[in-house]
Amino acid sequence: MRMVRWLALLPFLAMLVGPFFVNRVTPFLFGMPFLLAWFVIWIFISAAIMAVIYRFDPVKRDDQS
Amino acid sequence: MNGALTVIAGAAILALGIGFLARRGRQMGLEQWTVAGRSFGAPLVFLLMAGEIYTTFTFLGGSGFAYGKGGPVYYILCYGTLAYVISYFMLPSIWRYARDHRLYSQPDFFVHKYASPTLGVVVSLVGIVALIPYLVLQFKGLGIIVEAAGYGAIGSTPAVWIGATVATAYVMVSGVRGSAWTAVAKDVMILVVVVFLGIYFPLHYYGGLQAMFAAIEAVKPGFAALPERGESVWWFCSTVLLTALGFYMWPHTFGSIYTARSTRVIRQNAIVLPLYQLILLFVFLVGFAAILQVPGLKGADVDLALLKLSVKTFDPWLVGVIGAAGVLTALVPGSMIVLTAATLLANNLYRAADRSAGDARVLAVAKLLVPAVALVAVYFALQGGQTIVALLLMGYSFVTQLFPALVFSLARRQWITREGAAAGILAGVATVAAISLTRATVATLFPSLPVQIKEINVGIIALGVNFLVLVAVSAAMRFVPAKAVHQAYLRWGGS
Repeated sequence: MRMVRWLALLPFLAMLVGPFFVNRVTPFLFGMPFLLAWFVIWIFISAAIMAVIYRFDPVKRDDQS
Repeated sequence: MNGALTVIAGAAILALGIGFLARRGRQMGLEQWTVAGRSFGAPLVFLLMAGEIYTTFTFLGGSGFAYGKGGPVYYILCYGTLAYVISYFMLPSIWRYARDHRLYSQPDFFVHKYASPTLGVVVSLVGIVALIPYLVLQFKGLGIIVEAAGYGAIGSTPAVWIGATVATAYVMVSGVRGSAWTAVAKDVMILVVVVFLGIYFPLHYYGGLQAMFAAIEAVKPGFAALPERGESVWWFCSTVLLTALGFYMWPHTFGSIYTARSTRVIRQNAIVLPLYQLILLFVFLVGFAAILQVPGLKGADVDLALLKLSVKTFDPWLVGVIGAAGVLTALVPGSMIVLTAATLLANNLYRAADRSAGDARVLAVAKLLVPAVALVAVYFALQGGQTIVALLLMGYSFVTQLFPALVFSLARRQWITREGAAAGILAGVATVAAISLTRATVATLFPSLPVQIKEINVGIIALGVNFLVLVAVSAAMRFVPAKAVHQAYLRWGGS
């Protein structure tokens, strides 16, 4: 399941390329400007992605060292 | 003594008490003092690493930046998140190597990987030059907070002295354990205070979050997104990338990796830390709320936005609680920086000069250097001047120059040489210094480029120079006959 590690690239795309497409104040989302809401959503997704990678990470087994 | 000041003084005494108690029943050898015997579980490592996020720079600067600049402040949220993603893959091998070789500091890592104490000296100097302004900033912030939140009863000068004394005292006694346990008190307090303020201000003054942003949009259209010019999307993305790479290159942050008990601790933290830094969102909301409520702050005064709005809104005792949280955000990172700078000086400069020095002597020297480092920082903090923020940004650019040499050292087959690593770091640092001193931007260096490219963070150029020199010098070393290299190296006083 090492392929799952490639998911880690998504936060980079969202935060380094994404702003070019979502740099706007409106529409408001969850009461926040659109750009800010975009980042907040992606912080949650990033944490979820890291949890998934951790779950399937084969390296984890020799982790106690 | 007014009510606010009583609460703030209480927080300082609390920090001192916890800091002393943290030592409890332990023999303080060098390994205990610097990296707590590599014994910390997830919660304490978490707090040490999170300590980097919640400094006075974010508490005052984060709200001030939102107040003064608006949308560009979001970059603080993004670079942290990306740095944590990188950390999942990068930190475990650093930790394992550090444990196997019993390393105490960041330069130690370079010394061992590249088998070159000279490189360790280079890395130490870069670290110290970057850390001092960071420390000065914490002390200055502390002075501002005590003066504003204490309604002027204590000036910023005595506040800086008292704060520096407290941090120095518990670092000398308890080492990194003192920083970790005071970080517990700090994070609980800052969490409660910042979340409360971030929710209360928008509700109280505007009736809600969306209403607040709508009001700002009506007065300043586009303010809560990125502007067309200046801090544009191009600036934003290049700055996020640069600071994400530099994040773990700060010597004290790098050192906090060593305190972990296992690599599992580090991996788990990479999952939780992105969520934890969402607290910064509430700091931003405070800054946005202040825009229409305490208008007219200019220049360096934007950093007062949070405190001014608090003083305008609350009773003194509550202002005192906010000020106390602010004081702790200065003391905890401040103590870690003092500890790290003293360790670098003793372990990597003093020991490099006197190879016979054992751990006990290095520890004694490090402890003596703690008050010396603090004094230097107090001196600069009291000097005044606005150049500190400029120096801090320069510090960030400096430590980022360690990134290429570090990443290449993690590769299974190491083909970068120690000469290449040293040359790359020096070239990068020299570029940063030259750019900062001449106030060059991409626009002044390459006037013919399209306007978007010109707004790219100029630090990227230094990193590029660093990378090219690193590869070129390493390649040259590989192709030049080894004997000739060795002779030249001896002539230059290498080791």
